Amino acid sequence: MDSQAIVTGHADPHEGHEEHPAYLRHHFVTVEQQRETASFGMWLFLLTEIMFFGGLFMAYLLYRNWYYDAFVASSNTLGIGLGTTNTGVLILSSFTMAMGVYSAETRNRKGLLTSLSLTICLGLVFLGIKTIEYHDKYTEHHIPGASFSVEDFVHPTDKRDVPLAPDMAQHAQLFFFLYFAMTGMHALHMIIGISILFVLLYQAYHGAYIDGHTSTIDNFGLYWHFVDIVWIFLFPLLYLISRHPLK
Amino acid sequence: MSTIVSLPNQEEAQLPKLSYLNSEYGLKSWLLTADHKRIAMLYLISITFFFFIGGAFAGMIRLELLTPLPDLVASDTYNKLFTMHGIIMVFLFLVPSVPATVGNFVIPIMVGAKDLAFPKINLLSWYLYVAGACFLLYALFNGGVDTGWTFTTPLSTHYVNTHVITGAMGVFIAGFSSIFTGLNFIVTIHRMRCPGMTWFRLPLFCWSNYAASLLMVLGTPVLAITLVLVMLERAVGIGVFDPTKGGDPLLFQHLFWFYSHPAVYIMILPGMGVISEVISTFSRKRVFGYTAVAFSSVAIAVFGFFVWAHHMFIMGVSNYSALVFSLLTMLVAVPSAIKIFNWAATLYKGSITFETPMLYAFGFMGLFTIGGLTGVFLGSLGMDIHLTETYFIVAHFHFVMVGGMLMAYLSGVHFWWPKMTGRMYPESMSQLAAVTTFIGFILTFFPQFIVGYLGMPRRYHAYPPEFQVLNVLSTAGATVLGIGYLLPMLYMPWSLKYGKIAGSNPWQATGLEWQIQSPPLTENFVDIPIMDHEAYDYDWLAHKTEHEVTTVG
Repeated sequence: MDSQAIVTGHADPHEGHEEHPAYLRHHFVTVEQQRETASFGMWLFLLTEIMFFGGLFMAYLLYRNWYYDAFVASSNTLGIGLGTTNTGVLILSSFTMAMGVYSAETRNRKGLLTSLSLTICLGLVFLGIKTIEYHDKYTEHHIPGASFSVEDFVHPTDKRDVPLAPDMAQHAQLFFFLYFAMTGMHALHMIIGISILFVLLYQAYHGAYIDGHTSTIDNFGLYWHFVDIVWIFLFPLLYLISRHPLK
Repeated sequence: MSTIVSLPNQEEAQLPKLSYLNSEYGLKSWLLTADHKRIAMLYLISITFFFFIGGAFAGMIRLELLTPLPDLVASDTYNKLFTMHGIIMVFLFLVPSVPATVGNFVIPIMVGAKDLAFPKINLLSWYLYVAGACFLLYALFNGGVDTGWTFTTPLSTHYVNTHVITGAMGVFIAGFSSIFTGLNFIVTIHRMRCPGMTWFRLPLFCWSNYAASLLMVLGTPVLAITLVLVMLERAVGIGVFDPTKGGDPLLFQHLFWFYSHPAVYIMILPGMGVISEVISTFSRKRVFGYTAVAFSSVAIAVFGFFVWAHHMFIMGVSNYSALVFSLLTMLVAVPSAIKIFNWAATLYKGSITFETPMLYAFGFMGLFTIGGLTGVFLGSLGMDIHLTETYFIVAHFHFVMVGGMLMAYLSGVHFWWPKMTGRMYPESMSQLAAVTTFIGFILTFFPQFIVGYLGMPRRYHAYPPEFQVLNVLSTAGATVLGIGYLLPMLYMPWSLKYGKIAGSNPWQATGLEWQIQSPPLTENFVDIPIMDHEAYDYDWLAHKTEHEVTTVG
């Protein structure tokens, strides 16, 4: 009877006459709507990521409070030089990523390609340094498990002659497990990010993202900055707070 | 007051020539579709499949409990039965039930959009569901999991030799499916509404799915990381939940219930949305207190995040935090009661008819009220010590989840069936199914309240002989209930071919989805609609119908 009875009317009298760019997906009305939708979705996704990392942060804070001595002594053995360098590298990569977004907006193909390549390089440098750090943990017997050892630990009260608490090794393993879980989860996000960057670079090389359709680059930028910010929380939590000068 | 609406003459209804069902053919056109309606149908088929697997386990549990002696299955097998029943029913049926099927189908149409915001992610979420389900099936065929659906540590990490890692992996993957569904709904409701569709013109179904999506998006990642830790603990012994290594099993409980209590609201909220639509449609009245019902959904979602520790009253949390969590638990009863009272007020002086969706909705209201009120018993500290870990708690959550959610799900599937398929289900058969389900349900689970109050613990397959009468009643009820669920399984597929042709608006409902053809076109609307009236405006509909008749006639 009324199979054609739609709640009526045209949304916009001009609709259908306007030229739509090719990248406008069929279920969106305007480019603006498509961009806002994508960006809103990305922010929500990042929210789920915060909750995901939140579980680990919760565990870390709880055990740090319970086993303060072990956590401080363990934290003291982390390589602060490498950690600081990595923090710098990551912040720099966020800058190059931001430049990439800017280049896409200003339709600068060369700038976009340069920025994306630099971001990839910096991301790889970060992972490289991280690998060195992990290797150090291996040589120092700081990987939780049978060969774990606290021989080179220093008692956190600055007194070299004070013996370590007997359960130090056990609780230090908790620290190192959480260290590996948190930095490992972060590194996994970096690896995913770098893989996506390669795809973006390939597409940009073939002329994508400089025709005004920048939302993929924008949203990837959000992801990259998010991964960066996770590190900004990890670095002080794992390396810096309550660090003491003895080593 | 209610508007007099006469139902359209279905003799004249015809199936539209072109619809989403016949726009493309072949398996590939279904498995690679980005159409929210087709994905909804994929979900409908898969969750029905898992519902019957989960149901088979329930049947075996009830069969074992027919006699006081452990004579049908061994203790280990019994543990696996209730674990697999719980895991499959919670993660593969209840969580995706209404949102992923009915919600996927109607939410974009209700807001006046051509699809969900991210159609490909929607398809991805179905594939994640299937992948997670495959892991669980693999675990199942290789001997199952026997930790209980809660994966309680240190039992799950140290003391059992079943496929915990595979099972947890399955739940982990299926969890991402629900994250993506929730994300898609939130973005769609925010950004894809048609002109004139303000927040307070949205059907209440959208509001309640929005609230449930918030919980999915914020809660499920915490479950994901918790399960990762359980898997690592079991695989390499990391010690986070292991007290012998300085870890804390209670931390697992906190993290797990931080998701799994809100998950209860993920399951029930979309069902409440269905009830709002159905009650309004079959009373021909606007939902009483629309704004209150809308905000009560959000309130349930918000309160839902602050009550998780009531699962842990006997696990050694401090008395003070138990007191606070008990109080917060009571608070959830307020928005739930707002909904029940508003639905009752909607019925008042409505012109009520008793089609099948309405019968299921009545079932929901009664059973959910009992389930909700017994939740208040369990939320109060003293009572909880006595009742927790008994059959009382089993009966309580089955009243909410099965009596509430499953009734709402069946109500929704019947209600939107004409829209999904273009054909009516057989009315008298389905009314019989609705009544059978209700009677079977009461008979199954009411005795469990009594037997639980008398002290029969849950998760045991042997019990003192004096409990046998109540257990036999319960098993008999489960049989009736099973028949009630099998009936739709028979007549729904039958109706695909032989059902009466529905026409676009067989119920004379007001939602946008009822103003387009059934089954809808792939792009839903020929032109993007303009919403120029409030939700549940039956006067608008009556006026529109009248106007149409004069132009046509």
